[in-house]
Amino acid sequence: MTQALDTARKHLLQPAGLTDGDLDRVLAVLCAPGLDGGDLYFQAAHQESWVLEDGIVKEGGYSIERGVGVRALSGDKTGFAYSDDITLPALMEAAGAARAIGRAQQDGRVAVRREVTPRDLYPPLDPLGTLDEQARIRLLQSLDAEARRQDPRVSQVIVSLAGTHEVVMVLQTDGTLAADVRPLVRLNVHVIAEDGQGRREQGSAGGGGRSGYDFFLEQDRGLGYAREAVRQALVNLEAVDAPAGTMTVVLGPGWPGVLLHEAVGHGLEGDFNRKGTSAFSGRLGERVAAPGVTVVDDGTLEGRRGSLNVDDEGTPTNHTVLIEDGVLRGYMQDRLNARLTGMPLTGNGRRESYAHLPMPRMTNTYMLAGPHDPGEIIASVDQGLYAVNFGGGQVDITSGKFVFSASEAYLIEGGRVTRPVKGATLIGNGPDVLTRVSMVGNDLALDTGVGTCGKEGQSVPVGVGQPTLRVDGLTVGGTHQS
Amino acid sequence: MSQAQSPELDPRALEAVVAQVLEEARRAGATAAEAAASRDSGLSVNVRLGEVETLEYHRDQGVAVTVYMGQCKGAASTSDLRPESLREAARAACRIARFTTEDPCAGLADARLMARDWPDLDLDHPWGVSADEAIERARICEAAARERDDRIVNSEGASLDSFRGASVYGNTHGFLGGYITTRHGLSCSVLASEGAGGMQRDHWYTVARHAGDLEDAAEVGVRAADRALRRLGGRRLSTRRCPVVYAPDVARSVIGHFLGAIRGGALYRKASFLLDHLGRPVFPEFVHIHEQPHLPRALGSAPFDHEGVATRARDLVTDGQLSGYLLDSYSARRLGMETTGNAGGVHNVTIDAGEQDLEGLLREMGTGLLVTELIGHGVNTVTGDYSRGAAGFWVEGGEIRHPVEEITVAGNLRDMFMNLQAVGRDVDRRGNIRTGSLLIDGLTVAGE
Repeated sequence: MTQALDTARKHLLQPAGLTDGDLDRVLAVLCAPGLDGGDLYFQAAHQESWVLEDGIVKEGGYSIERGVGVRALSGDKTGFAYSDDITLPALMEAAGAARAIGRAQQDGRVAVRREVTPRDLYPPLDPLGTLDEQARIRLLQSLDAEARRQDPRVSQVIVSLAGTHEVVMVLQTDGTLAADVRPLVRLNVHVIAEDGQGRREQGSAGGGGRSGYDFFLEQDRGLGYAREAVRQALVNLEAVDAPAGTMTVVLGPGWPGVLLHEAVGHGLEGDFNRKGTSAFSGRLGERVAAPGVTVVDDGTLEGRRGSLNVDDEGTPTNHTVLIEDGVLRGYMQDRLNARLTGMPLTGNGRRESYAHLPMPRMTNTYMLAGPHDPGEIIASVDQGLYAVNFGGGQVDITSGKFVFSASEAYLIEGGRVTRPVKGATLIGNGPDVLTRVSMVGNDLALDTGVGTCGKEGQSVPVGVGQPTLRVDGLTVGGTHQS
Repeated sequence: MSQAQSPELDPRALEAVVAQVLEEARRAGATAAEAAASRDSGLSVNVRLGEVETLEYHRDQGVAVTVYMGQCKGAASTSDLRPESLREAARAACRIARFTTEDPCAGLADARLMARDWPDLDLDHPWGVSADEAIERARICEAAARERDDRIVNSEGASLDSFRGASVYGNTHGFLGGYITTRHGLSCSVLASEGAGGMQRDHWYTVARHAGDLEDAAEVGVRAADRALRRLGGRRLSTRRCPVVYAPDVARSVIGHFLGAIRGGALYRKASFLLDHLGRPVFPEFVHIHEQPHLPRALGSAPFDHEGVATRARDLVTDGQLSGYLLDSYSARRLGMETTGNAGGVHNVTIDAGEQDLEGLLREMGTGLLVTELIGHGVNTVTGDYSRGAAGFWVEGGEIRHPVEEITVAGNLRDMFMNLQAVGRDVDRRGNIRTGSLLIDGLTVAGE
């Protein structure tokens, strides 16, 4: 038995005295004639958060969540019930409710167990045990001091720290049995700077991953976030109105990869493509990006925020090529959509919690590096925008229209980066934006571990990344008309 | 299929949970404490292309406790309401309070502000809809959308949800109060396509406390279909400056940005573009914005806020001037003011409607943009800078000429509020913010 499975049994089954025989009884309800099976998803998580503001540790919180989700499948129909009570009666009741989808009456036979050997991408630790409370508070205070030390114009600093320890176990009626222990930490610094003449601007930086809190002490990462947040706020104090109109845009490396997440990522999720509701539906093998553009979704990167040893259906995660040299190669799948479309599983079945149904979701989505030096890319642009930091984005997967909002951007004039401009939303059309990528940098970077993706009301942690990119023709939603 | 599960919701049981967790907090050394407990159950179904796609039974519960050890604060929450878990949560909150710093503004809301003898707001209307009935109603809704026009080529389905939940709040002032609410909804989302012009998707929904107040299922489907159809053939616009009419469902977000800027948390952090604007004009003189927490059956009604403070009808904008903030007890103390009963949010914020319907507003605008969809998050509450992705219709001579897409609308919220020209009488009551269409002058539209 794997260590994760051992931990999962201890956290999830033993407190209620649940045995393998009990679980087989529940699974038998989902193996009924008329059903295509189903799964049980056990989850126990505890989480803490701390907030420092005005130089004092103002808030702290701790939460415990545990429960089990029971899903029954019949063709493309799904029945679902869940309970925060992990006991046999609650499980049997949930299974009985879920299987109503297939109008099944009798119980069926359960397949033989097949333990999934998960990847080993992060240590199965509890972040809450990695630094004692005093050390966590010193960490928050050191970031506050570092931010204020940078510049007297810094008027407000908010530092927030969160850590989660999550244990999950999945049982499928086909016998698949998998478990995962998932640590996750996140640290963020938000600052407001004032120029003394009534103008205020903000800056924000942070990071994290699947590790303990010591991650933030290594290489002074935490202090780096504080310095970066201040730098952004001060740049914004100098920013002039952003331009309005369609122009050449150079996107910086790393977090601007949110472009890929919105422009193509969501549109390549298996559910939308099975249903034919995505602008990318039925386009496998077609050119959707310029030659030289390769985009992957990779849940197997060590310690990354978007990484998973197994997905929430017990499938080991993968390195999935979505777009190869500009040609659409694959979609991201969960079990339901892979089965219904006869496509391979990619380990992208994810859910926010036991109380939510799994769906195809991204893990870490990024573009591979190209040949160009970033300096050469900027020098190639006569008039345009250089956008290096972004807030969130959104996409309409049917029309393909997507937006993402710059929080730090500069004008490019005569091949040089000149004045900073205010934040603005950029809008484009997913199926054609990557065909307008004319230069790909050699500086691939992944984001620092800050992304959260929302879909149908469910949030999951994700990663993005890209090298510096030149896009010929994106609409910049500023207020200044040239 | 089985009947929708609706286990008895007993506020008394939740009151006991709250009382116990407060007692545990006191035992663990808290000098004051407050707690909120909730329990919900519900059913949701989705029907796609005439077949059931998902059938979900929901059942959630939780308790959150905040403790004060002097002026130090700690919080904990759990979904497990067994006595030993409540003790654990109270202890965890107290442990955290040992590590937070003394904050003179921390604490419960003043005892004298606690709600007493609140009215029944008529918020509990269990439907008892069975899974089969729910599926049938969703099926009627989706079928009406798909049969509306041959150009409706695909569907994301129709969903019906019905929820009932109890929530109880208590604190060590001795306040203990709770109530039950219901919420039922039906929505439909379909895709339209014509020739090689690509697909367009749109949706419509209805939501209410009482199932009898929901729009007719077929009507919801027809509206979803019409909304998707009217987007076909969308074009871009060239970059320009022009007036904009926000349709009611997106106008709500504009009022939402105003509320975000007068929230206590944004004000005491000096993170709002409306800092120090109390008593000053923020809208034109005709504008009246107010809060109505006690509207019977309304989606935003509540007898008391998340700190037990009695809610009351109040003005936020009077004759265009900012006349009230949105404060909880903490932000109020930070600002040297008194809480406004807005811990947890607002309650039925309404901007008084004008005389004209949407057509009238478009005529008043003459030439400009009607925005019916906004996407993205390009709003900066510190500066008021506003830039969002949009879709809608180009209007000339007061009449819709053609759909537009892949554009942005941008401006500064402070200017946008002052440049509000008119509020329509086409009020959308489906949320906590009630507004008609808004005509705003002088935005920048970026496109080709």
